[in-house]
Parts: sequence; C-alpha cells; structure tokens
Amino acid sequence: MTETAKSVISLDGLQALIDALAAKNYQVLGPTVHDGAIIYDAITKTADLPAGWTDRQDGGRYRLERRDDDALFGFVVGPHSWKQFLHPAKETLWKASRGPDGIVVTAEEPSPQKLAFLGVRSCELAAIAVQDKVFCEGPYLDVPYAERRKDAFIVAVNCGEAGGTCFCVSMQTGPKAEAGFDVALTELHHNGAHEFLVEVGSESGAALMQDVPHRPASNEQVSAAEAAVANATNQMGRTLDTNGLKELLQGNSNHPQWDAVAERCLSCGNCTMVCPTCFCTTVDDHSDLSGDNAERVRKWDSCFTLDFSYIHGGSVRTATRSRYRQWMTHKLASWYDQFGTSGCVGCGRCITWCPVGIDITEEAAAIRAAPMSDKEKPNERP
Amino acid sequence: MSAAPQLDPFLPDIYSVRDVRRELPDTVTLEVAPKAGARPDFEPGQFNMLYAFGIGEIAISLSGSAGSGETFIHTVREVGAVSAAISKLEVGAELGLRGPYGAGWPVNEAEGSDVVFVAGGLGLAPLRPAILHVLANRNRYGRVVLLFGSRNPTELLYRDELADWRQRLDVDIDVTVDHADAEWRGNVGVVPALIPRAAFDPTDTIAFVCGPEVMMRFSVAALRDAGVPLDHVYVSMERNMKCAIGLCGHCQFGPTFVCKDGPVMRFDAIADIFSIREI
Repeated sequence: MTETAKSVISLDGLQALIDALAAKNYQVLGPTVHDGAIIYDAITKTADLPAGWTDRQDGGRYRLERRDDDALFGFVVGPHSWKQFLHPAKETLWKASRGPDGIVVTAEEPSPQKLAFLGVRSCELAAIAVQDKVFCEGPYLDVPYAERRKDAFIVAVNCGEAGGTCFCVSMQTGPKAEAGFDVALTELHHNGAHEFLVEVGSESGAALMQDVPHRPASNEQVSAAEAAVANATNQMGRTLDTNGLKELLQGNSNHPQWDAVAERCLSCGNCTMVCPTCFCTTVDDHSDLSGDNAERVRKWDSCFTLDFSYIHGGSVRTATRSRYRQWMTHKLASWYDQFGTSGCVGCGRCITWCPVGIDITEEAAAIRAAPMSDKEKPNERP
Repeated sequence: MSAAPQLDPFLPDIYSVRDVRRELPDTVTLEVAPKAGARPDFEPGQFNMLYAFGIGEIAISLSGSAGSGETFIHTVREVGAVSAAISKLEVGAELGLRGPYGAGWPVNEAEGSDVVFVAGGLGLAPLRPAILHVLANRNRYGRVVLLFGSRNPTELLYRDELADWRQRLDVDIDVTVDHADAEWRGNVGVVPALIPRAAFDPTDTIAFVCGPEVMMRFSVAALRDAGVPLDHVYVSMERNMKCAIGLCGHCQFGPTFVCKDGPVMRFDAIADIFSIREI
C-alpha cells in the first residue's frame, strides 16, 4: 500500500500503535479519566483510555457521563491541552552559581524524553500550530519549546461528535484533522466492529505504521469515517461570526459590553490556563539559603492578574474590563497583527471552564449586535 | 519542525561593574563591561535586561554613547527589589545582562532636520545616547532643542552634563521644574509648556519624547499644536517586560510588543491605541 492510502486497525492494532511508539522511546500521553474529568497523562495500554465515557459541556459546566457504547474517543476536549507538555506550566530556564570566579550561568539541559501525543483533536492541532508561530517563528527562538516540539509525535483523532461549547467550524480549525499530524485516526463502530481508520500524515507516521498490523480500508469504512466527521460538523454547540471581527473589536475598545462582562468576570484567569494557545509567562528568580545558587523558573502567567501589567507606580490594567478586553481582543484581533492568525481555535475550553460561564462567542456577538458608531468613540484622553 | 540549534536567548552574559556614579539619592549610573569578549553594538534608545543575582531581571535603557566603547552605561532608579539590588552594586561586582533589544531613536533619519528632545524626569536617560549622537555629529542636524522637566530642582538628572551642554552655543536647552525651591531661578511648570516657545521649524523637525506616559501625552499634543506632524514624533513606551524577546506577552500595547516593536515608536503608528485608557 502507499503512504497516502487509508488503512484500518483494530483495537489490538491501537495497542500495537502505542507499543510501537514506546518501542521508539516515546513517552505516550493520552486522554484518561481522573477526578471526574478527562485529562492528558501517560498511558501504556488502550485500557487507560476513557472507554465508554463522554463529556457534557456548557458555559461553566463539565460533567462526565457514561456512553451506551465502548468508544475510546467519544468525548471532546477537557481542561488539559497539549500545551502543558510542549510549553510546561513551570520550567527552569537556567541555573546560576556564585563562587570565587564570579557568576556562572548554566542552561538547563532539555529532557531527552521524546513525547507522543495520542488523541490530538483538530482544534488542538491548530493550537499547536499557533504556538509554533509564537515560539518558533519570531525574531527569537524559544529554545526549550522548539526542542520538545521537533521530537513530538502526533496521533490525531477526528471528532465524531462535537461538544456543547465547540465552535471549531466557525474558526475553520476542524473537526477533521487536515494537517500537522503524523497519524490520524477516526474511530469507527461499523457493522459491529470497533475499528480505527488510519491516515498517515508524515514519514514518521508511515514508518510507525510498518510496526502496526493494518489492512486497507474499504470504501464503506472511508465513508463511515466521513460521516462521523460530518456528524460532528453539524453538532457544534457554539458559533462565532468571524467576519470583520478583528476590526470590530479593535474599533470598540470603549464599548459598554466590556463593563457588562466585567460585572461577571472574576478575573480568575481560568480561561487563560485552559486555553491551548495562551502563551504568556512570568519568571521567578530565587536563590537557595546560602545565597550562592540561583535559578530562573518560567511559569504560565495570566493577563487577568494585576501583576501582569505592573510597572513602577502601578498596574496599567487596573480594571477587570481592561483585562478582559486585553484577553479577548488579543485572542480574536491583535493576534492577527502579531502572528498572522487568530489566537482562538474554537475549542470552547474558556467557556466551559469559566466559573461564571462567560462565553467568548456571546461577548463577541453582543458587541457585533450594537457596535459603537464613530461619533460615540471619541478619544478617551486628550 | 526543523528548528536549527540556536543560542539560547534566555541566558544572560556576565558583566562586571567598572564604575558607579550616584546621580540622585535614589538613582545611580553604572558602567558595566563584559567579563569576556566585547560588548555588542547598540542603537540609541535600545535597552538591556539587567539581572541581579538571585533577585531578578529588569529592562533598563542604555544611556551611554552608542559609539565605540567597551562598556554599557545604565542609569537606574530604585523603585523595586531588582532595581534596588542593582543600585547597590559596587565596582567589581558582577551582574547578568541580556541585550541590547528593541527599536531605537531614528537619529540617522533625522539628519538634515531640526531635532527636539523632550524629556521628563528619568526619561532623559534613554534619550542621552541620542543627544550624545546628535551633539557628536552636530553639523548634520538643523537646530537642536532639549526641553527637560523634573519634579523639583533636587531631582534634576545629569545636572553637570546639562551645565556643560548649556555652554554650547549650538543647542537650545530649556529646563523646568514642577515645584521650585528657594534657590531655583528657572522655569516652573510642566515640560510641555516649554514647547510653544522653543525655536524650531515645525515643518522640518523630528521630535524625540521620553518620560512618564502622561507627560508624553501632553508633550505630543503640544508638538502637534506647534505644527509638528505626528509622523515626525517618536516616543519611548514602557511596559512590564519579562523576556524582552517577544515570547512572554507582558509588554503588549494594543497589537504591538513594546520589547520588539518598540520601545521607541513613531507616534502616528500608535496614536489610536495611545488614546485608549488601560490598553
């Protein structure tokens, strides 16, 4: 068979795929049930996957429920994203020591562990592509990210169902994985068989499949996979009208809706933590008790904190309205200026995990419904 | 993904303090030199990230001459833990340094035009390399005006150097203070008020403005009222910075990153966002 032809693997074949990745010295990470949510963690067998579980999501709401089948990927995305592995929430950038010869700085050695992600959804592929632009295509390379990223193996999974807060169709990031994967799977329950349609997306993917028992896909199986994706396409829980959205938001910086959302926003930063593209970090410098050994630790930061914009004398964004506006305008508008793409991939996490259920699609729609006229937006300051 | 191996931009180089000069009770000027090798070139208006061992890192503008030299000059005011630690460094002490970073003052593009420097308080420090460049190449520029405002006479930065510059016949210097003391014989008031009476050709002037944001706002307005087009006005922005290389997100100012799109920005390009409160 050729590399581009579609094939089919069984449940045992999926186990063989996991084993083949482990044999190539990848740590395999995939979805698993933990504390009432589907999170990403180390897996070694198909039994680690969330068989027979689905998630019900809405603004500020996430619940796992049993399915009436034993699907392994019958849910969408949870609070985790692959960001936590490629761009960890906390990492030491370097260490320094101070001795008779002065200060010596030593770069932290990158972990030699290669990572394989199993179950990457289309919106998540888009999110990884967005972070690639942020970290690898600017004037300066984020070396730790680039090191992890170049070795990562990606097994995508096409969504057969959409969640209540999904809007990848609006953001043109799904539900079908089109690019950016090594192997893509579509879970099939067809004629009583539980199988996975396999598409190969890279040379590494083709090489891996040589170690995985597979057979050519029938036309029927290909059609069933297409039908599954079409089903997800028609189930989107949310929509976001992106037409002229950048100009709309950047032209409505003083819209009363920012005050309205600030009435509800707790400024907790959950949306930025679960967002698969939010990349902001702070650094924590500290030393040991001797005072002669120090390190710099990089940690996820959130534009919802006062510290984020602090310069001597005070914070730039003191009001919640300013911080929410910064987050949402960055995500949906200024990201285009900075990186040539939207910062939103339509995964819906910020809606689901907002403790008060603030919905980025509703906020954008509210501004679109009543944009300020040019007359109403004088310069705020002389 | 085929990221070529590259020098880690997060790693500071080690510098040592050559000289310390106390400018004001809370402000010092440090001269630092690399422990190994030569210091990189820089442009007036750029900045470095200075690291106090075990305490942290801050963005500080370059304040020395951008010409050849072995050292970097930084004027630092104690406003937080890191700046306080850096201010206490003595000759021979070591610190970490990354840089230089950012976009500088367009001193070459300004050749042939009148140049107006408008500085507020410590804002004179980032302008100093541009002033030194213009004075060192004086015949390439038209009239040169320096307008400087300080809160009070005791906080005037670079007082001796200002006195030297005043001796020159080819620079107009006007200084003002917000609050005078008994010995002050000069102007009292805010620095934008000096702009209407300064002698320059507004149709052929490049203005470099640096100071607190409120001071820059009124200075730009005064320059505009004097007839200087906004695409001839440059300001140096300040925002929180952690990485200085466009990766940490902290210094966003509307769609721009102050660290790489600035800190020096042409005002017409940012006029819309500059007017938005808490952007």
